[in-house]
Amino acid sequence: MKILNCPLNGPRPVSEFYYWGEVRPMPNPATASDDAWADYVFNRNGAPGVKKEWWCHTPSNTWFIAERDTEKDVVVRTYFYEGEA
Amino acid sequence: MRLPANSGEWIDRSRPVEFSFEGRSYKGYEGDTVSSALWGADARVLGRSFKYHRPRGVLSLANHDTNALHQWGGIPNIRSDVTPLVAGMALTAVNTFGGLEADKGRHLGKLSSLLPVGFYYKAFHSKKLFPMWERMFRFMTGLGRVDVNMPHRRTPKAYDFCDVLVIGAGASGLSAALAAAEQGAEVVVVDENARAGGSAGYQLGNDASRRRLLDSLLARVAAEPRIRVLTATYAAGYYKDHWIPLVSAERMLKMRAGSVVLASGAFEQPAVFHNNDLPGVMLASAAQRLMYRYGVKPMNKAVVLAANADGYRAALDLQANGVTVAALVDLRGGAGSADPLARLLQQSGVEVLVGHAVVEGIADGKGLCAGARIAALQADGTPAAQRRDIACDGILMSTGWAPAANLLYQAGTRMRYDKSVEQFVPDVLPEGVFACGRVNGVHELSRRVADGSRAGSHAAAAAGFGSATGEALPPELESPSHPWPIVDHPAGKNFVDFDEDLQLKDFRNAVQEGFDNIELLKRFSTNGMGPSQGKHSNMNGLRILARLTGKEPQQVGTTTARPFYHPVPMAILAGRGFSPERATPLASRHDALGAKWMPAGVWQRPEYYQVAGKDRLACIREEAHAVRNAVGLIDVGTLGKLEVIGPQAAEFLERVYTSNYANLKVGMTRYAVMCDESGVVIDDGVVARLADDHFYFTTTTSGAATIYRELSRLNTMWRLDCGIVNHTGAFAAVNLAGPKSREVLAGLTGMDLSAAAFPYLAVREGEVAGIAARLMRVGFVGEWGYEIHVPAARGGALWDALMKAGASRGIRPFGVEAQRLLRLEKGHIIISQDTDGLTTPLDVGMEWALKMNKPFFVGQRSLSAVAKLPRKQKLVGITFPAGYGGPLPLECNLVIAGGDIAGRVTSIAYSPTLGHAIGLAFVRPDLATPGGSVSIRLSDGAMVQAKVSATPFYDPDNQRQKDEPPAGQASPLVSANGGAVSPVAEGVAATLLEPVRQPAAAQVLGIADVSRSARIGCKGPGATAWLQALGLPIPAQPNSWLPLDGGGLIARLGFTEFLVEGPDALIAPLAAAPRGPGVYPVLRQDAALVLGGSRLDELLRQTCNVNFRPLDPAQRPVVLTSMVGVGVTVIPETRNGRPFVRIWSDGTYGPYLWETLLGIAIELGGGAVAPHSFN
Repeated sequence: MKILNCPLNGPRPVSEFYYWGEVRPMPNPATASDDAWADYVFNRNGAPGVKKEWWCHTPSNTWFIAERDTEKDVVVRTYFYEGEA
Repeated sequence: MRLPANSGEWIDRSRPVEFSFEGRSYKGYEGDTVSSALWGADARVLGRSFKYHRPRGVLSLANHDTNALHQWGGIPNIRSDVTPLVAGMALTAVNTFGGLEADKGRHLGKLSSLLPVGFYYKAFHSKKLFPMWERMFRFMTGLGRVDVNMPHRRTPKAYDFCDVLVIGAGASGLSAALAAAEQGAEVVVVDENARAGGSAGYQLGNDASRRRLLDSLLARVAAEPRIRVLTATYAAGYYKDHWIPLVSAERMLKMRAGSVVLASGAFEQPAVFHNNDLPGVMLASAAQRLMYRYGVKPMNKAVVLAANADGYRAALDLQANGVTVAALVDLRGGAGSADPLARLLQQSGVEVLVGHAVVEGIADGKGLCAGARIAALQADGTPAAQRRDIACDGILMSTGWAPAANLLYQAGTRMRYDKSVEQFVPDVLPEGVFACGRVNGVHELSRRVADGSRAGSHAAAAAGFGSATGEALPPELESPSHPWPIVDHPAGKNFVDFDEDLQLKDFRNAVQEGFDNIELLKRFSTNGMGPSQGKHSNMNGLRILARLTGKEPQQVGTTTARPFYHPVPMAILAGRGFSPERATPLASRHDALGAKWMPAGVWQRPEYYQVAGKDRLACIREEAHAVRNAVGLIDVGTLGKLEVIGPQAAEFLERVYTSNYANLKVGMTRYAVMCDESGVVIDDGVVARLADDHFYFTTTTSGAATIYRELSRLNTMWRLDCGIVNHTGAFAAVNLAGPKSREVLAGLTGMDLSAAAFPYLAVREGEVAGIAARLMRVGFVGEWGYEIHVPAARGGALWDALMKAGASRGIRPFGVEAQRLLRLEKGHIIISQDTDGLTTPLDVGMEWALKMNKPFFVGQRSLSAVAKLPRKQKLVGITFPAGYGGPLPLECNLVIAGGDIAGRVTSIAYSPTLGHAIGLAFVRPDLATPGGSVSIRLSDGAMVQAKVSATPFYDPDNQRQKDEPPAGQASPLVSANGGAVSPVAEGVAATLLEPVRQPAAAQVLGIADVSRSARIGCKGPGATAWLQALGLPIPAQPNSWLPLDGGGLIARLGFTEFLVEGPDALIAPLAAAPRGPGVYPVLRQDAALVLGGSRLDELLRQTCNVNFRPLDPAQRPVVLTSMVGVGVTVIPETRNGRPFVRIWSDGTYGPYLWETLLGIAIELGGGAVAPHSFN
């Protein structure tokens, strides 16, 4: 079982975590076309590489960001969300 | 026959063990394996081979003797070569027809020409004959018999932790462990054998110094407190981040290591010659194991086939143990480094024949080994025509090794074929994984010790201990493995795979048929697919394929080595299952009332209440009738109960729900629908505004945990000035509904319940039966009613008071089924019952709940796009005529129009109130007009007609639940604080809670319920300052705690949440203090347990995947983790020199947590104790 490093609780087995998905900036709903909005809602980038993802340590309900290299299967780093980059 | 005792043997000759095999009685010794005891008692046929039912004896004595699989009662496929002998065992061989000796299958070998390679695939080619072949194969194949009535075995798994895990306790593994421990690492050494030592304990070559070297290593390991040695346990696989299942006969340990050293050694490989499977032909290491571990004489007269110095040592060992060595036959042109050993053998009269091969084993009339037929090898490596027979009753094979690299492959090691040792060796190792000894291509004993020290030092350094010393060793001077230990024979029966009876020619034929890739060849020929998974056959298979295709072994490559390393019994894999269950604080009331339980997600809810002498449907209808005509009471404590507090609380709700909440008046509630980003309905509930900056809202039962989590994420992103508190488990909640509900409630509260003071959809805080409560006047089941929320600890008292007050008015508790019927009558939809993963509010007639003119809500943009598209479906009411007596559709039965699917039924029930059946269905929009008719296909294909109908079916104008529009001011709000009842005690039978009357249990492992202690909680950016102002010390670090003067503690959970627990005198003033800005009160209704005693560590390791051992109680750590599947807060401490923990969990998990932990404590010799027992 993999280990994920919660920025608050430290390294824990991945079974203590909930995976949400990639951090993806939301287009402006007021200006986005229907197609651009549908692309945001329904399409995901499955190409291997470093992904910035939302994860939650469930026992403490701690949300944070994990940068994960899905090609090498390693977690690059984890940190608290600091607003839109 | 047994040898005289030797000093290192594993058997205890003072303790004989009686057992039987195939109906005959035998005697072995404590410490024997089944096979060693049988061989020592001169049994030679231990089993029959899989395909040809040939007699087989000892091959490896190292867990690859899969032709000696035995059945003992209900236990199938015992690996007798390694299974410890147990007194009274009654064993039979598997895979025989009529017993081992008389096996009717023994003539199958004569049919071998009719059973070519790939026979199965060829047989199944014909569709017509498939059933016949299937019947025959099912009859002919399969090994042991499974007994489905075997008693359940308790095999709890446990977590474990170490800095360096060394796999293999041979010379290299032991020295690796010593090197790692010397650098300060905590080391675990695991070995599948009953004792440590590996080949260093038996490959002696009659040289006492080799044994002394091992004894010295063993003594140093025993004296090293940082090394734990686990014998009779194997590392079954490698998983990410050094996570290794360690399997023993009793259970699986899930070991997390800082780094791993593979010192797993090598499998000795058989030579391939005609009749290489006769009982008496065995690997040299098998003979040495028999002699030095079990004191068994492997044979009387032997021929040793060698291609390395190991073979010469084996011959010397045979001589030293009274076996006549008739000849040593060396496939190589010379003895090489074994020259001195060859001279020793020659001096004692042994004929040493270099450049020769055993081409055939000669069988006697019983099929046992009676001689070896040898020939000189010609320049091209093939045997010369001239043969010579040497009489012997055993042939030793010592021609090479294959690395036990399975876990290295699983870890992602890149391997390369090294010609200098004729084996695969690690080329590029993954981070934190190290290899030493034979698996690393290092074979000579003193070099293995040096290689182990190097690997151990590097592994310790990788785990953070000391610095890495030692370099990789230079290559071996000569190869311990022969590149081609194989001779062809016209009569075949030169076995490559003993599991599957594969002969050399099978490979040739497979390649001829085009299966010339290692993975294809494996599957077509089944090489390596038997129980030993290629441990003795893959290497030779690879050499054969390389030669047949003109490639190098490196080019051929290996097949994938998947977990598990050995087969793992199902019982061990299953372990102890944890199925967390939540129970509302009212569970004991429901039980007392005869509740029939049904699961609702992780919750258990009453489906209905059983009345003696009445069937299920009658009970449900009576419950519904009581609600419509008098009054009913239902437990709705499973609803998610959240609060959002702060200046931007309204803004937050505006964003997450589809309706308006900024304009919701204080003291009022509003229905709320939540969508996801695609506009699909995911949850609904009721939002109540308690103050300008304070909302209390509910979610669906199944959504409670996930909605809270997602809302927390959204506000992590949005950073609105508000906090979300999850009070799902902290509040008990009931719905009191029915025309007489107001009368019942009036008797219990001083609140003004008039329609003017407490109108429809209002929320009030007040006292009910003396309990601080939140009350909401909601429609729920379409009658006048109140949803009443009180702190969980007071739920039982509230329920009792309402039931008592309602008795004279005919109150009935009602369950989920009656609730569904009542709500269906009102046309209320259930999210995820009447909606699915594609349903938007537009499909279910909830346009009224969408405020599209708001600036933003989740799903809004998608809904504006969806609204432009034509609807594909509409949720409509359907009804059946009053007199209809035919079958009703079931949920999910399809609506059919013009022969096509045009919808489906989502809910359906017969309404006694209305006198006909009603339901909800998705239909095509053109069929959605009320008054129209739809056809529904029943499960049996019959069609029935239903009428499309407007909803609600019952009281369409909602007269019964409503009255005049709201007026007047809300009553002042009171805060709700804790009670004095334990959620554990409320939910668990009293007998379970009864402390055992043995204070000693607290020393072994005591568990006590301390839920009754008073506590408060709060969180938010202002929490620290608020608590400080109240005079409390603040723990400096997140996840730490401080003791309080006068008893009690304050724990900091994360950065800004606090839990304060202590005597009532301390807590009461805190609970009463007005909250400051940025302080969000958390109602603590926890289950709180304390556990302590010498076996606490074992309990923690069975239930929690966090390593508590390195935590220093003096640092006062707080651990937020998961235990038996439940989120918990843990504080580890020491009491009276023994480990001790406090555990808090959501109170609704309390009964489950208590029962589960108590059960484990009792298994470990402890039990329930009074809390003061630990002092």
